Parts: sequence; structure tokens; C-alpha cells
Amino acid sequence: MHGLIGKKVGMTSIYGASGKNIPCTVIEVGPCVVTQVRTLEKDGYTAIQLGYGERTEKSTSKAMQGHFKRAGVSPKRNLVEFNDFDSEFQLGDTLKVEDVFNEGEFVSVIGTSKGKGFQGVVKRHGFAGVGQATHGQHNRLRAPGSIGAASFPARVFKGMRMAGQMGNARVTIENLEVLKVLPEEGVLVVKGAIPGHKGATVVIRKPKAQ
Amino acid sequence: MERIKEITNLMVEPREWTEFGAGDTITVTVKITEGKKERLQSFQGVVLQRRGVGMTETFTIRKMSSGIGVERIIPVNSPHIDSIVVNKRGVVRRARIFYLRELTGKSARIKERRG
Repeated sequence: MHGLIGKKVGMTSIYGASGKNIPCTVIEVGPCVVTQVRTLEKDGYTAIQLGYGERTEKSTSKAMQGHFKRAGVSPKRNLVEFNDFDSEFQLGDTLKVEDVFNEGEFVSVIGTSKGKGFQGVVKRHGFAGVGQATHGQHNRLRAPGSIGAASFPARVFKGMRMAGQMGNARVTIENLEVLKVLPEEGVLVVKGAIPGHKGATVVIRKPKAQ
Repeated sequence: MERIKEITNLMVEPREWTEFGAGDTITVTVKITEGKKERLQSFQGVVLQRRGVGMTETFTIRKMSSGIGVERIIPVNSPHIDSIVVNKRGVVRRARIFYLRELTGKSARIKERRG
């Protein structure tokens, strides 16, 4: 499950081999640096921690400053652990987009979806609302309807779909095709949409080794 | 926004056509693939608008086909376009001439630009 950290640039469209117009998302990926190496002896599992994006020393806590100093890198904004990397890494190694991803393979993208706020059931769960808009009806157009039975079970079941916070949640989109890798630009182009707004931090992950 | 345009420009090959805009009558020849065979189909009509910028720019072209209005939206940089021929330059005052949809017969004519 190795991968890299990046930033969503936005969506555009390109033409495929047969001239088909393909919607795609441009992601600025890396360069990521190795900030920690987890070993079986010391941590009980193997992984590497990658850092992405700059942050000022002032806004970094003393503890984290020490962490970055040990790796010999400037303070980073995002830290994510990855495992299953094939080769050995040293602290401070830099990983670029072309080191990890190839055109034509499939990746998963993890990000935070756009927040929609507190939403009713019609928008949040696709309910159809109750009844008609006319013939004297009022108040019920976007209502959820019944949420359960009466004296038995005398409660509302857990997980009943109701109004609440929509979006702003961790979302994984799996199996997106890598259309292009542009090493000079440090850019990865995947087919389709990915979660989050422009400029949002996303994690691009390869599928687990078979 | 600038960054996304830059990157799109790297990935899409620009196509060169003679200048055309709203009000012009053009003939677009489009490649159509049916199974394994490829054939050409031409579409002659009035350009209603050009919209978008850069590599994702499109144009809308309208013609009357046996009394029924037919419109096609085609990306300017589409690899499916074989050729674009400008037949007539029209005099119009606006960039998007959607009012043409409501007009038929004599009133739907567009004055030709001379010289």
C-alpha cells in the first residue's frame, strides 16, 4: 500500500487514444521526504513516514521540530505512514511522482470531501420527501417520514438515516486510472473525480500487492 | 486556475483553424468511427457561440434540418474534427446569438460581412 501525498489542482479534460474526451483530475504529487523509518525490531511493524508541504519553524512545536531535525529535513505540513515499499529508505530520502507511479496503473485517492454543512434527508440520503406540494399540504415536502414502528420496538433503530452533517469526511476513491505522469511538473493526472476542494491535501495510494 | 490551464496545454495538442465566431456560417467535417471503419460527415450551419478558453474551448453550431433545428457542440481542439471551412462571415452585434433559435424563415437570415 505505498503511495505519496499531494495536492488537488483541479479538473480538466483530455483526449484519449481513440479521441474520446476523458474527464480527469490533476494532482500535484510530492516531492515527499522520508521523515521516519519504522522497523520490525523497534516498532513491531515496518513502514515509512513521508512528509509533504512546508510549514514554518514558528508554527511547529518543539517536539515536532526535533522529529524533523533528526530526519535532517525542514518542517513538513503533512505526515503519512505507508508500508509495502519495495526498497529500503534512509531518513531524508526524497520521493518524486515518477519514482512511484506509472501511466496506465490504478490508484486509490484518499481525501476530505467538501463540507456541505447540516443537511436534511433529501439532500443527504436521497429521500423523496413526503406527499405533495399542492392540495393543501404544507410543511412535509422535504420531511423524512416515519422513522420506525410503535410500541414494538418502542425505539428508533441505530443507524437510521436522518439529517446531519454532510461531507467534510474522509473519503477513498478506489481504482482511478493514471492517465499521465508529468515528472517535470511533478503532476499526476487521474481519470475521474477525487474528493475535496482545489488545493486540498490528498493521499494517493497504490493497491495492495497481490 | 492558471496552473490547471498550463497542465492541460501540455497534454492536449492544439488544432489550428481559420478564425470564426458567432454569426459565421461554417462547414465542419467530423470523423465518425463505426466499428472499424472511419467515415467523414459534414455539418454546415451558423455558429451560435464559442465558449470556454484554451484547450477545453467549444463552439455551438446550428442548422435547420428539414424544418427542425439541430445543434452540435464541438470542442475546438477535438481530434475528431477533420476540417473547418468558413463559408460566410456574418454581421452580428453579440458574441452569443441564441435569439436565432426563436427565428425562422426570412427573419433568421444574418447579413453578410463584406470586404
